[in-house]
Amino acid sequence: MPQDPTERRVVVTGPPRRALPHARLRSRGWYPHAFGYYRPRTEIDEQTTLGHTYVRSLMRIQLRAGLTVFAVLALLVGPLPLVFAAAPDARRLEWAVLGFGLYPPLVLLARWYVRRAERNERDFVRLVEDR
Amino acid sequence: MNSGYAVPAVALVVLATVLVGAFGLRISRTTSDFYVASRTVGPRLNAAAISGEYLSAASFLGIAGLVLVQGPDMLWYPVGYTAGYLVLLLFVAAPLRRSGAYTLPDFAEARLASQAVRRLAGAFVVGVGWLYLLPQLQGAGLTLTAVLTGAPDWLGGVIVAVVVTAIVAAGGMRSITFVQAFQYWLKLTALLVPALFLVLAWQRDGAPSHAFDEPAAFREQRVVRVEDGLDLRLEEPLTVTVHGTVDGRVHRGTELRLPAGTHHIDGGTRLTFAEGTEVPAAGRGVDDALSPSRAESREERPLYATYGLILATFFGTMGLPHVVVRFYTSPHGVAARRTTVAVLGLIGAFYLLPPVYGALGRLYAPELTLTGNADAAVLLLPDRVIGGAGGDLLGALVAGGAFAAFLSTASGLTMAVAGVLTQDVLPSRGVRHFRLGTVLAMAVPLGASILVGGLPVADAVGLAFAVSASSFCPLLVLGIWWRRLTPPGAAAGMLVGGGSAFLAVAATMAGYPGEGPWHALLAWPALWSVPLGFLTMVLVSLATPGRVPPGTASVLARFHLPEELRSEVSA
Repeated sequence: MPQDPTERRVVVTGPPRRALPHARLRSRGWYPHAFGYYRPRTEIDEQTTLGHTYVRSLMRIQLRAGLTVFAVLALLVGPLPLVFAAAPDARRLEWAVLGFGLYPPLVLLARWYVRRAERNERDFVRLVEDR
Repeated sequence: MNSGYAVPAVALVVLATVLVGAFGLRISRTTSDFYVASRTVGPRLNAAAISGEYLSAASFLGIAGLVLVQGPDMLWYPVGYTAGYLVLLLFVAAPLRRSGAYTLPDFAEARLASQAVRRLAGAFVVGVGWLYLLPQLQGAGLTLTAVLTGAPDWLGGVIVAVVVTAIVAAGGMRSITFVQAFQYWLKLTALLVPALFLVLAWQRDGAPSHAFDEPAAFREQRVVRVEDGLDLRLEEPLTVTVHGTVDGRVHRGTELRLPAGTHHIDGGTRLTFAEGTEVPAAGRGVDDALSPSRAESREERPLYATYGLILATFFGTMGLPHVVVRFYTSPHGVAARRTTVAVLGLIGAFYLLPPVYGALGRLYAPELTLTGNADAAVLLLPDRVIGGAGGDLLGALVAGGAFAAFLSTASGLTMAVAGVLTQDVLPSRGVRHFRLGTVLAMAVPLGASILVGGLPVADAVGLAFAVSASSFCPLLVLGIWWRRLTPPGAAAGMLVGGGSAFLAVAATMAGYPGEGPWHALLAWPALWSVPLGFLTMVLVSLATPGRVPPGTASVLARFHLPEELRSEVSA
């Protein structure tokens, strides 16, 4: 047990505040645990190497969100011309899918991405503001 | 079509556009208002404006005509136009807004700190913008000729050019935003209301559904007058009564049994088809001015062509100058994203309608395939299916909507091109020079459309998408996500990707090399030119590592950091 009051304050106020966001953020690819007790906001503002590492991790996680949705889009749309070419008798299916069926998934994918991208940004702000 | 209703409808649309534009003018005061509406346009208004701007003549008339002629494969066009916005949202929307630039050349300069790349991007913006303006002006001429018999071809284009130049020069972006939002709802109404009546009439008719089967067939005996000469491609023998010249021989009301194969019909010939006859496929000779038609190459390489179309539309949307400039009017990156989702919903809702017209057109007006007039299907259907005064009124509504389509897309493009001309070509900045730039931006395509009247302008739309997908798409995506991009790499990628796509389509338009696999490769360049653009940009950038701009890290931080963290960073 540390006797010195200043030393004790460092130990007690640091980790408990950050414990919750850490576990959740780390599971999504953040690695803020490497930064110890620096204030990330200052690092970003002063454009240090450490600050750039923060920005880079934000870019990486946003790019991953975009690529995930793009992969779903490619898997959804990519095989369709092949399917229609393989089954030339399924004209009604082609009318239904291209005329109506593809638009709802496109909007849903967009909403899913926006929610994910905004959550990534909120988590990042919470991380660097040290809240 | 009865011009008694249609002409007042078109006049009313033009008048309403001017009035809404004038309303915007009253609150448009500063230079910032002019270029980006002071960046205060909320998601809902902005989304309606983006959609209104995006849904051009090709969407309003062209898709239904294409579906009528070539069947459901052509529905890939509206799907691609919509999905292009999803791709834009995933990779570009928020960072583009946060880049804080006004135009695409501004973006290139901010990211790469290079005047040369800026000028190159400006040249591509002006080129793509003019290519896209050309079909709008020619389409306006076509519509006016369809509703007002005897009007000269150039009149519609001149009306659109004058109205658009006046609105853009007077009010800039602020008033354009109101005009575009108004015109989205106008266009939706102009297609939706007649579509409801058409579907009701179709149901009363016993809801015949053979339109979904291939190929379309005549429901009753129908006389078709072939305006320009064309080649018929028959899969099976066809029995038809002919007044005129077929395969070089003159017939006067003889019933002919044409064997399978290709037959040439001279212009002015009347063909009478019996009930239940399948509509034959027309070969060369049918020029659909608005529809990006490449009927021949599709038959030769349908799968390749479909994938080429998908790639061009999915990746081309993000680089269209009139689309991109809209994102700068959002207040912040989060709003830019939400705006894009709203745009997807609005555009998707609109694109549910053209297939309805296409399918009903196959049922009730299948002969449009032969007369080379398929783009008029949307305009003619109300009269054909409903008839009487009701049909005339609905037809007038559609004609007004079509004119709104030309006006809105043309004003957005003029805005983007004028922005580039004002900032990069004309001597000094300011509102007066912006007005000069507007006149210049419109004068060139107007002159071209009057001079090259007979050119298949539809190819210009496809060309614009392909060029944009292979030049601006790599620039935007790599510029936003890849920190090792260098100015020489960006310039080389845009030149090689966009330049080769441009040359390929120009070669096809000039009729080279006619047939075969090379033709398909050149007519649908996106499948190879987009990867080529990306690859060149990456390889040249990697070969010039010393040229990475020094400020790259802080520029990328500005692109990606949420606004609430920004104040100190950008300082």
